Amino acid sequence: ISTLILAEHESGSIKPQTVSTVVAANHLGESSSVSLLLAGSGSSLQEAASQAASCHPSVSEVLVADSYRFEYPLAEPWAKLVDFVRQQRDYSHILASSSSFGKNILPRVAALLDVSPVTDVVKILGSNEFIRPIYAGNALCRVRYTGAGPCVLTIRTTSFPVTPITESKKATISQIDLSKFKEDAVSRSRYVGQSTQDTERPDLGSARVVITGGRALKSVENFKMIEKLAEKLGGAVGATRAAVDAGYVPNDLQVGQTGKIVAPELYMAFGVSGAIQHLAGIKDSKVIVAVNKDADAPIFQVADYGLVGDLFEVIPELLEKLPEKK
Amino acid sequence: MKILVAVKRVVDYAVKIRVKPDKTGVDTQNVKMSMNPFCEIALEEALRIKEAGFAKEVVAVSIGPSQCVDTLRTGLAMGADRGIHVEASYSFLPLTIAKILKSLADVENPGLIFLGKQAIDDDCNQTGQMVAALLGWPQATFASKVVVLDKDKQSATVDREVDGGLETLSVDLPAVITTDLRLNQPRYATLPNIMKAKSKPIKKMTLEDLKVDTKSDIEIVEVTEPPKRKSGVIVSSVDELIDKLKNEAHVV
Repeated sequence: ISTLILAEHESGSIKPQTVSTVVAANHLGESSSVSLLLAGSGSSLQEAASQAASCHPSVSEVLVADSYRFEYPLAEPWAKLVDFVRQQRDYSHILASSSSFGKNILPRVAALLDVSPVTDVVKILGSNEFIRPIYAGNALCRVRYTGAGPCVLTIRTTSFPVTPITESKKATISQIDLSKFKEDAVSRSRYVGQSTQDTERPDLGSARVVITGGRALKSVENFKMIEKLAEKLGGAVGATRAAVDAGYVPNDLQVGQTGKIVAPELYMAFGVSGAIQHLAGIKDSKVIVAVNKDADAPIFQVADYGLVGDLFEVIPELLEKLPEKK
Repeated sequence: MKILVAVKRVVDYAVKIRVKPDKTGVDTQNVKMSMNPFCEIALEEALRIKEAGFAKEVVAVSIGPSQCVDTLRTGLAMGADRGIHVEASYSFLPLTIAKILKSLADVENPGLIFLGKQAIDDDCNQTGQMVAALLGWPQATFASKVVVLDKDKQSATVDREVDGGLETLSVDLPAVITTDLRLNQPRYATLPNIMKAKSKPIKKMTLEDLKVDTKSDIEIVEVTEPPKRKSGVIVSSVDELIDKLKNEAHVV
């Protein structure tokens, strides 16, 4: 088994979801070799590559594709790159995390290879058998890949937590020779820009505590109470689709079937009714707390601790009485 | 310009699904079926582009058993000009669906193909990316805003919902766009339009017509119910909640 992982990196360091994907690759079988493919351009790429080389002891090789063509994560050149690398070295598996990045690029790679990819793998049962959720996580589907080409997977990273690494090992770093990398004559897609929310808070996908608000918060102003509580607990802020649609918070805070999947130690939902699409995104949380005025809200069926009450009274009381974060 | 929109018939989003006792799949007998919500958004966007004068025709395509004609009628009632029904079994993988759509695109020559970013049954989120790859077209997935620029420029500017916020791309046409939830609010079909839709043409096609290889490289071993969370407790006050979180769950 030899695995190629399409890595994600940002400002000179490898993203945690890529390390989780490495953990997942280790479940594919004994004696598997793991190569990380990093693409981008310039010094931050080389910095990330050097960090990637020691991000996990099972990484045996870091491949670096340094070119202006990979300055932005456009699916067209990146999918071609994965195919290009695969033609030079044989891989049995090609993986990426189930992030918006991985989900955009890997199916395109799979089509180029004429194989069916498996999206959102939550459990690996062997080199070609996997479990993935369907119907917003209301059923689990066990699939077997029977194709001849490489097996292409995107990994739901909350299902493959990274344990602290004690062993230090440095993988070899090789630069990919791109002189034979052919691209379509003219690039037919262009990156225009990105609006990111600068925030000091931890990342929603990997936070230890997540505090979520629903439409019941009623306004952008009121939603700040959720942010305050998150701050107090050192947690990330999440939102339901309704709260995002109402414009209280930006889209990247949406938790659920089509938003972020979270699995924190503590998940607290305020004014969240618990639509199945939302519950799909929080099921793997260790402890779920729900506060809602409506005692019949479906969220109470999955909550470990429920409190029927008005969030406008409960949140201030929590802010006052909760201990400061450790 | 012509726009091709793929629409999938799925179990209605409000239905609580049941896993079959023999673990072969999810029960779809006597269950309300509807157009996949993401596909509705895709169709709505195509219609708006046509209404804005950037497209001449919107063609809805559905692939599956005979009941897919109902889904196509819904699409025609919303405003699509005609439908194409490719008769097939439900068990096709996204790769096969992508090949069918590619083969249709070769015949129809659309300037844009719209698809929902994922279907709410298999949650695969693959087909759009795969059609784009097979056609060698650019892709703009998870769109929350689409602007088709002037006809001479032949390009579209698309805002995409990504993990870190919003990303803006410009893609040359022809291109594939997959739609996210916030792109638009799909219209309801009015009664007169539902009546009118009955006379709009739906062309039937078979896999033989399209010469698509339908080999399958994924087997479904079993479908099971996810483990249930044990039911929790209702606490009566904030103090009790804090106490439980501190001394029972040890999370604060």
